Amino acid sequence: IRWHILFPRSEQTEAKMFCRLPSSIASINRSQSVPIQKRGYAIVSNTTGATGQVDTLNSITAAMPPRRVVTLLPGDGIGPELVQSVVGIFQAADVPITWERFDNVFDVAKQKENPESLAQIVSSIARNRVCLKGPLYTPPGTGSRNLTLRKALDLFANVVPCTSIPSLNTRHKNVPIDLVVVRENTQGEYSGHEQVVEPGVVQSLKVVTDRSSKRIAQFAFDYAVREGRKKVTCIHKANIQKLTDGLFLRVCRETAQRYPDIKYNEMIIDNCCMQLVMNPSQFDVMVTGNLYGNLIANVGTGLVGGAGVTGGANFGSDFAIFEVGARHLGLDIAGQGKANPTGLIQSSLMMLKHMDLHQHAKRIESALKTVISVRKIWTADLGGTATTRDVTQAIINELDNQSDVD
Amino acid sequence: MLRFPISNSFAASKTPTYTRSFSAKREPIKATLIPGDGIGPEISDATVEIIKQAGVPIEWERVVVSPETGVSQEVIDSVERNRVALKGPLATPIGKGHTSLNLALRKQFNLYVNVRPSVSIPGFKTLYDDVDLVVMRENTEGEYSGIEFSVVPGLAESVKLITKEASTRVADYAFKYAQRHQRKRVTAVHKANIMRLSDGMFIESCRQVADRWPSIKYEELVIDNATMKLTMNPNQFDVLVLPNLYGDIVSDLCAGLIGGLGLTPSANIGQEVAIFEAVHGTAPDIAGQNKANPTALLLSACMMINHLGMHEHGAKIQNAVLETIREGKTLTGDLGGKSSTSDFAAAIISKFRD
Repeated sequence: IRWHILFPRSEQTEAKMFCRLPSSIASINRSQSVPIQKRGYAIVSNTTGATGQVDTLNSITAAMPPRRVVTLLPGDGIGPELVQSVVGIFQAADVPITWERFDNVFDVAKQKENPESLAQIVSSIARNRVCLKGPLYTPPGTGSRNLTLRKALDLFANVVPCTSIPSLNTRHKNVPIDLVVVRENTQGEYSGHEQVVEPGVVQSLKVVTDRSSKRIAQFAFDYAVREGRKKVTCIHKANIQKLTDGLFLRVCRETAQRYPDIKYNEMIIDNCCMQLVMNPSQFDVMVTGNLYGNLIANVGTGLVGGAGVTGGANFGSDFAIFEVGARHLGLDIAGQGKANPTGLIQSSLMMLKHMDLHQHAKRIESALKTVISVRKIWTADLGGTATTRDVTQAIINELDNQSDVD
Repeated sequence: MLRFPISNSFAASKTPTYTRSFSAKREPIKATLIPGDGIGPEISDATVEIIKQAGVPIEWERVVVSPETGVSQEVIDSVERNRVALKGPLATPIGKGHTSLNLALRKQFNLYVNVRPSVSIPGFKTLYDDVDLVVMRENTEGEYSGIEFSVVPGLAESVKLITKEASTRVADYAFKYAQRHQRKRVTAVHKANIMRLSDGMFIESCRQVADRWPSIKYEELVIDNATMKLTMNPNQFDVLVLPNLYGDIVSDLCAGLIGGLGLTPSANIGQEVAIFEAVHGTAPDIAGQNKANPTALLLSACMMINHLGMHEHGAKIQNAVLETIREGKTLTGDLGGKSSTSDFAAAIISKFRD
């Protein structure tokens, strides 16, 4: 029996809830304060559990429609095309999701933003808890809107899995790569505290706190446990930045001790980048700060096929935003049908798994694998000639084939 | 897209105030030698021997830098006097009390740029065959200013300092180098979309310098895009100029592309002094066993020899090293062979007699 809760819940409500749970589930949820397990779902699936009990909570929610609402932000650049692809595929796969769309957030022609839209988007995501988005354009000289969203919703963990895709023509095609970058996404080098000390001298502060380090380390290990991963590597530069990265390193070590079943090791960032291009199979989950995570995620993405193939997710305690792994606007290829939808599809699969829609995720994943690895319908970035629409249609056809077989 | 002769890629340019007169019979040039820790002494010995056998008139003044002695006055005097130094690997403890000795040397002599060529070595196969780029890393400030503090327990801050002066200096060097070595393009790598003031100042300085070199193409690239492109397609890069931290990471990434730190030379250039170093670690597990690979130190010595104006000698040694690796008969363990350091050195020396 799955317990899905309709409204945002406080700690007290949760405690009361858990009293009524079967003991196995109650013990899992009570043992650690785990952001990824504290999910607030807006929709409930019908309890047709083995016991056949009608629980109190479900009677409240039985009247609700069984579809989940997800915020959708097509964004700019190649965003709209990628998002369209996912929407089409979800429709073909009968995914029970209703989209709450926000188009035209930023008027590129006028270089002006509708000031209310960002606030609306934030409240929409707060309500729906899950969002799928494309990249938002940042005009030069202003703050990144992607960053604003992340800060407003306190999405502190950026997860970018980089897995080799069979039969792609990359340099590392004979090297099995299956690593996940878990990047602290709220502070570190990108804290935004900069000052002109005097003309010609600028200082920028890198801030590392105990709290943020604990959060991300905890997240990384919980992620490793949940996904059945074996090893977590902490990436740092504590030999030079002894206080800041030293703090991060210490927190990671302490967290590692609470997970004796997960192997833990450490690596300095420059050595890490070198090892990534020489021997990437050695890496599993990598936990690191903001800047290093950015670099490693991009190196990892480059290893497995480029910006078009990796998905990414941004997690907070209560919300999640899913977008491509390597956040590039692709303005040079926007609107030409050249964009590779694989990356955003991978993110949408992460989203489906996050929402416990595993069956749908399996179907779409299988279709994606067939199209990319078996039938090799590739867009230009992978060396092929297909358009975004070709790839999307091929996946939809695969899904139809699957349902015929069922 | 491998350029021939390769020697140009490994030549650091002369420092502006540095003049030597060269004649057929000349006084040996004095250079400081810092053997370093771990495998440092044995690879230094091999290098010195090879250089002597190549007929290069260098007289070495050996000094010691270690965690116990630090950078002593004797070392400082020697390097200042000789103006060039060759350095083996020094150990740096992680997260502990004293600052890195490498950093101390750089600060002492204000070595403002770190030059790290990454060229695919023919005969040593990696997944990247066509790399031919040079990384110019700003070496004095940025994230390695060493200014860190903790205002309240549980909160640590580190200051990244970017000055117009240092950024201009490194960009200047990059363009001069590019011109001297017939390089076509300089790419400045940054994250000015997020770090608008600090990296903004860096690229602003680079732009201003680029305006003075219209014959060399100048472009800018955000660091995440740059790392992805380097991983996928490094042959599109020529000269890269970066602030300290990004330069550190990217130069190691580029070393990984061509085969690792055991094969990568490096030069630290200042106004008065130039220190050429092997950037790999001290490898304490194989120290003293005649197993270490001296290639990195040797190629750095070649950069030094070129820097001193003896390009023919530099090219001769360099070609001998590359030929030995290409032959593949006397490779050390890290290159996949079973030979000793002395065998490898002997093979190189035998090329001089051909």
